[in-house]
Amino acid sequence: MDIIPALIDGIYQALAPINLALCVIGVIVGLFVGAMPGLGSVNGVAILLPFTFVIQDITGTATSPMIFLAAIYYGAMYGGAISSITLGIPGASTAVATTFDGRPLALKGKAELALVTAAIASFIGATVANVFFTAFAPPLATVALKFGNPEIFALMLLAFSTFIGLGGDDIPKTLISIALGLVLATVGFDIITGEPRLQFGDPFDLFPATAGLIDTTGFSHGIRFLVLAIGVYGIGEMIWTINSTRGEVTMTEANVTFRSVLSAIKQFPKAMKGTMVGSFLGFFVGILPAAGATPGSLMAYGVTKMFSRDKESYGKGNVNGVAAPEAANNSASTGAMLPMMTLGIPGSPTTAVLLAGMVIWGLQPGPLLFSEQPDFVWPLIGSFYVSNLVAVLVNLAFIPVFLWMLRMPFTILAPMIFVLSVIGTYAAYQNMFDVWLMLLFGIGAYLLRILDYPLAPAVLAIVLGPIAEPTMRQSLILSDGSFSIFFTRPISGPIMIVAVILILLPVLNWLRVSMRKSPPV
Amino acid sequence: MSLSKIIGASALCLTMLGTAGIAQAWEPTKPVDFVIMAGKGGGADKMARLMQSIVEKENLSNRPLVPTNKPGGSGAEALVHMKGVSDPDHTIMVTLNSFFTTPLRQPGLDVDIMKFAPVGRMAEDTFLLWVHKDEGITSFEQFLEQAKSRGKGWVMGGTGKNSEDNIITDHLNEAYGLSIKYIPYKGGGAVAKDLAGQQITSSVNNPSEALGFYESGDVIPLVAFTDERLPMFPDVPTLKETGSDFSYFMQRAVVGAPGMSDDALGYFTDLFSKVYESEAWQEYKSSKSLMGDFMAGSDLTGYWDTQRERHTTILKASGAIK
Repeated sequence: MDIIPALIDGIYQALAPINLALCVIGVIVGLFVGAMPGLGSVNGVAILLPFTFVIQDITGTATSPMIFLAAIYYGAMYGGAISSITLGIPGASTAVATTFDGRPLALKGKAELALVTAAIASFIGATVANVFFTAFAPPLATVALKFGNPEIFALMLLAFSTFIGLGGDDIPKTLISIALGLVLATVGFDIITGEPRLQFGDPFDLFPATAGLIDTTGFSHGIRFLVLAIGVYGIGEMIWTINSTRGEVTMTEANVTFRSVLSAIKQFPKAMKGTMVGSFLGFFVGILPAAGATPGSLMAYGVTKMFSRDKESYGKGNVNGVAAPEAANNSASTGAMLPMMTLGIPGSPTTAVLLAGMVIWGLQPGPLLFSEQPDFVWPLIGSFYVSNLVAVLVNLAFIPVFLWMLRMPFTILAPMIFVLSVIGTYAAYQNMFDVWLMLLFGIGAYLLRILDYPLAPAVLAIVLGPIAEPTMRQSLILSDGSFSIFFTRPISGPIMIVAVILILLPVLNWLRVSMRKSPPV
Repeated sequence: MSLSKIIGASALCLTMLGTAGIAQAWEPTKPVDFVIMAGKGGGADKMARLMQSIVEKENLSNRPLVPTNKPGGSGAEALVHMKGVSDPDHTIMVTLNSFFTTPLRQPGLDVDIMKFAPVGRMAEDTFLLWVHKDEGITSFEQFLEQAKSRGKGWVMGGTGKNSEDNIITDHLNEAYGLSIKYIPYKGGGAVAKDLAGQQITSSVNNPSEALGFYESGDVIPLVAFTDERLPMFPDVPTLKETGSDFSYFMQRAVVGAPGMSDDALGYFTDLFSKVYESEAWQEYKSSKSLMGDFMAGSDLTGYWDTQRERHTTILKASGAIK
């Protein structure tokens, strides 16, 4: 199969008026869905899935509806960064890591720098992923198949270790924060045995008069990641800002001129390192079924920080901390299309909906898709390039509008954040239990913040815990309970060793320092 | 927000065009919560999304069905959710056989399946035994030989603990003196992928889950757990032919939440019988090797009763319940 002519032909077809129009509309819809707290690409794609039948009826192919949905997916990845940066509430789960440094940058009056960095990093991430996808999709599918349970667990451990091993934060506090996230992640049902876990029952059951006062059945579906993320970064952050400024501060005036955007673009090379890490790592994590863009962006953040010389500046407004997760979530979302199309396995919630779409349009995703349906595959790949370009242009054009939000005094912004957090949580899951839980997490996060606990590790743990736990236990069933399975397999072994070394590094560091202080006699 | 209003409004216009002139006694007044008691990408998930799309495409309902996956605890999460919903008239669920087994295994959940509303059985899914082509096994006899000699080294992946896949594996172990190791997964999609990647040695996936890798030649079916040979796999013998009197199916049904009103039940039964009769569903049914006819009302509850009996016997025999 000749890739280059096929791709050129694909791009040409993606530029056909109807497809181009679908790209533009899709990207704009995605941008807004992504920017709304609580709504992410999965909501956008699911809501609009029925409309693709209309598109299919008009165009008579399955390609145009898929181009439309893929454009929404792309747009949402760009859009998620917007509210993460301007409001400090993650617009979508994939953009949580973007708040870590994007928000501090905005508070310093450099919001346009953060937004521009996010847009360009997203563009590069998606482009890198597109090139990989175009050139290597079928062989990479084979790589994804090599990742069994032990390998995925090893990868999850590596993600945790990047947060422990070389962070500038207090290590015991980081560990406690991770443990807290892991405990929250176990609420619900045991995956292997099906037993309920940490659901509490009715705490007032002991006293007949108060029985049924508190409804804890909401714990049966587990603690959703967005509930924690919105609580921590929406409510917790809001209380913290009010407390530390006593409500007097207005947002630093963001100078939005064409020139400031231009100068932000010129400063982009500083964020190149994070962009590169995010682009490659994100794609790789994205192609693994079960992972998806959220773990990809969190891992990219961890790894970029790990390899940085000034770790202290992360979490305080380092552009690399914005670039890495943004490049990664775009790259991972293209990556996640790979197992969906070549294996028929969705790598993320959004691709699960896309997969359903493909089945409905009469396609059979799987190993034969590329060879049997080139008329579907290549225009779609072509549209990835087109959508990506459209998305970065639209996004850059809208930046002044987003910055307008920051000109509001915090006394107006704070109630807006509160309302958006509540609506966002309700919109995502449609029940009040999660809203109360979110508010509780917000207060808890504020208290932990006063005590100087890093909260990003807890957020990481609640995302990765539900992947790490079943893969570890399935591996241990395979090995009859022996942990050697993680070290003896060719792929998981090296990953495990790196992870263990990273975890032990602080201990070694401490030994080195204390040896130097008191040289052996 | 205005966006979703526009979408809502235009969706409404579309459906009004489609259903104008047909009077319905009861109609949903808001989007219907369409619960899937399994993970994304598995057989149940794909089927539910197909049903949703047929409803949308043919404009069968004035309100959309909104699928939500509740895969936790082999369906326990979904069953508990269904039991406690505040609006049973707008909550329906796609079931697997965990609808029978999970309440039996976990009496603490306090779920009585007979209280669910019998909307309609859409099909019975079939099971086959699959191995990777590189195992070099082409017949059930060779499988028995290999599985026996490898003992616990033979690994079966399946969806959930004490689920359909586990029951079939237990039967193979017991009837043929094997000691296959069973690993529970969250969904059939992950099992299919791990078989193709040779992370496990065999699976008992439904045809819909294994089809992609079957067509590419990566996996091979050895035996079908049905009463008759499947039209799609005419060369694959049934387990009955090989001498063991055992067949096993999975109910693919839609149920309403306990407490659903009779009017709402009538509406949904009518809705899903239309889905069943649609060309798209019939095509899906034959292309994915599904069996069974549409069944609703007291026929369906009767079927549940028989299935519950059978699963009680199976689970008692395997020691999963007392």
